[in-house]
Amino acid sequence: MQVSVIGAGVAGLSCALELAARGADVQLLERAGAPGPAACSWFAGGMLAPWCELESCGPLIAQLGAESLPWWREHFPGTVLNGTLVVTHGRDLPELTQFARRTGHCRPLDAAAVAALEPELAGRFAHGLHFADEGHLDPRAALSALLERARACGVTVRFGTAGGAEIRGPVIDCTGLAARAVLQDLRGVKGEMLLLRLPELELARPVRVLHPRLPVYVVPRGAGLFLVGATMLESDAATRVSARSLLELLSAAYALHPAFGEAEVLEIGSGVRPAFPDNQPRLEWRGQRLHVNGLYRHGFLVAPALARRAAEALLEGRHFAEVMGEDPGQRRLA
Amino acid sequence: MLQLYQSTLRSRLLLGTARYPSPAVLSAAVRSAGVEVVTVALRREAAGERAGQGFWSLIRALNVRVLPNTAGCHSVKEAVTTAHMAREVFGTTWVKLEVIGEDDTLQPDVFGLTEAARILCAEGFEVFPYTTEDLVVAEHLLAAGCRVLMPWGAPIGSGRGLNNLFALKALRAHFPDVPLIIDAGLGVPSQAAQALELGFDAVLVNTAVAQAADPVQMAAAFARAVEAGAAARAAGPIEPRDFAAPSTPVIGTAFRP
Repeated sequence: MQVSVIGAGVAGLSCALELAARGADVQLLERAGAPGPAACSWFAGGMLAPWCELESCGPLIAQLGAESLPWWREHFPGTVLNGTLVVTHGRDLPELTQFARRTGHCRPLDAAAVAALEPELAGRFAHGLHFADEGHLDPRAALSALLERARACGVTVRFGTAGGAEIRGPVIDCTGLAARAVLQDLRGVKGEMLLLRLPELELARPVRVLHPRLPVYVVPRGAGLFLVGATMLESDAATRVSARSLLELLSAAYALHPAFGEAEVLEIGSGVRPAFPDNQPRLEWRGQRLHVNGLYRHGFLVAPALARRAAEALLEGRHFAEVMGEDPGQRRLA
Repeated sequence: MLQLYQSTLRSRLLLGTARYPSPAVLSAAVRSAGVEVVTVALRREAAGERAGQGFWSLIRALNVRVLPNTAGCHSVKEAVTTAHMAREVFGTTWVKLEVIGEDDTLQPDVFGLTEAARILCAEGFEVFPYTTEDLVVAEHLLAAGCRVLMPWGAPIGSGRGLNNLFALKALRAHFPDVPLIIDAGLGVPSQAAQALELGFDAVLVNTAVAQAADPVQMAAAFARAVEAGAAARAAGPIEPRDFAAPSTPVIGTAFRP
């Protein structure tokens, strides 16, 4: 069966792979000329943290995220499973208590345990939480690995086209905010990130610093690179990064470790994440087109689990109420 | 009924719209609490490029009055500019005026606040100033043209309730006819009830609801507390005493141990 997937961000790539794995003849179309900043996946943090997300996101994200972890390990060897460290500065201790109460699946750490996990942070934090089963990856490396893998599985990849005459068979639409004309309740939530180089600092896992106003995370990318993210702004325009956001991200990184004061700033970037009003992802049929959208800040976290459902919905006519709703009009026959 | 400038409102609970798990949860919280006024913080960049449309259209769909606020502004000029943008974006002359003086406690800069209030009132804005419990500052804000005051209970987001009861009671007693809304610092509904029992006209809550494990249920709880507090105020509470006052007469009881 011929199937077209539109959009080569993390959602489109994982859909293409899941379809190909089930024997479909897949072509993957991408509007941009090459993999890169046209997709908001390009600016992702790359944390695979289903349990941390329980703090504010409800059980579905955690469930899809936990389901996706083994997929990442299998499809992208660069996936690191060292867990997540959550810390807070002394006077914000209530934040940590609240975080632990709402998430679970973690163990509390004292100063010695924080130092044992991340020696560079010794003496800096008296309390922390370790989410041992979580992971992280470098989104850009992951995107190109998935692209290679898709090609190796026989997926035809075309850049510089978003469909039209090229489309063959039913469509899985993973075009994010570009689908807004059809999915009218989509909105953009802007995120800003920094890429820093600091070879003398070593972290083995993402560190989240809780703060009542400026929560921040630092994800090690290897080779002395660190991603610092990410702001959350109700804004559809990715056009610029404000001085205030920069200031917030940098001061939070500096507060995590003063060595960041000497880091080289490699990149200042921003992307706009597509989100539905409930901030939950959705699979939605529109005619012969199955939309996979609204991944919000959870693209890498949940894309594999959504891709599996999208592939089975399209090829086998299955219905997944948790992401497709109870509407029988969304049920299809294969 | 609560009178705020030309508007008459039934609900005495105002909700902030920041930091909810999602706009859908915000919307459910507003409905479950029967809220009629929400505050919306305006980031300058979002206003400039009209880039916040997605979120704003969800706010408009709530069908409640929007009270734009100048959250995060640190100077008179910044606050005035943000108020202008808010008027344009939301089509209202209401503005909740915040001029922050100290970043650690988010304490209002009361000098900048009165100056910005004077400018905006003169331009026809209906200003809701976020202020401290200071009586003299309140006088100056009223002289600047404000007809509603929003004293803090405690620092924003701290959840500490009414920190300075003495001064808050004095403020209420000193301005019996000015609508006073407790803004900031409430953590649990009992504190909101207490504010209304003391005679405050309304409360504004954001973090306590938005960051609760279940914001929808917490919003409803605040709504009931505010109603209870207002009813208690109207019902005339008894004066506290230093000794027991038996509710049944003791004279004539048959047996005393």
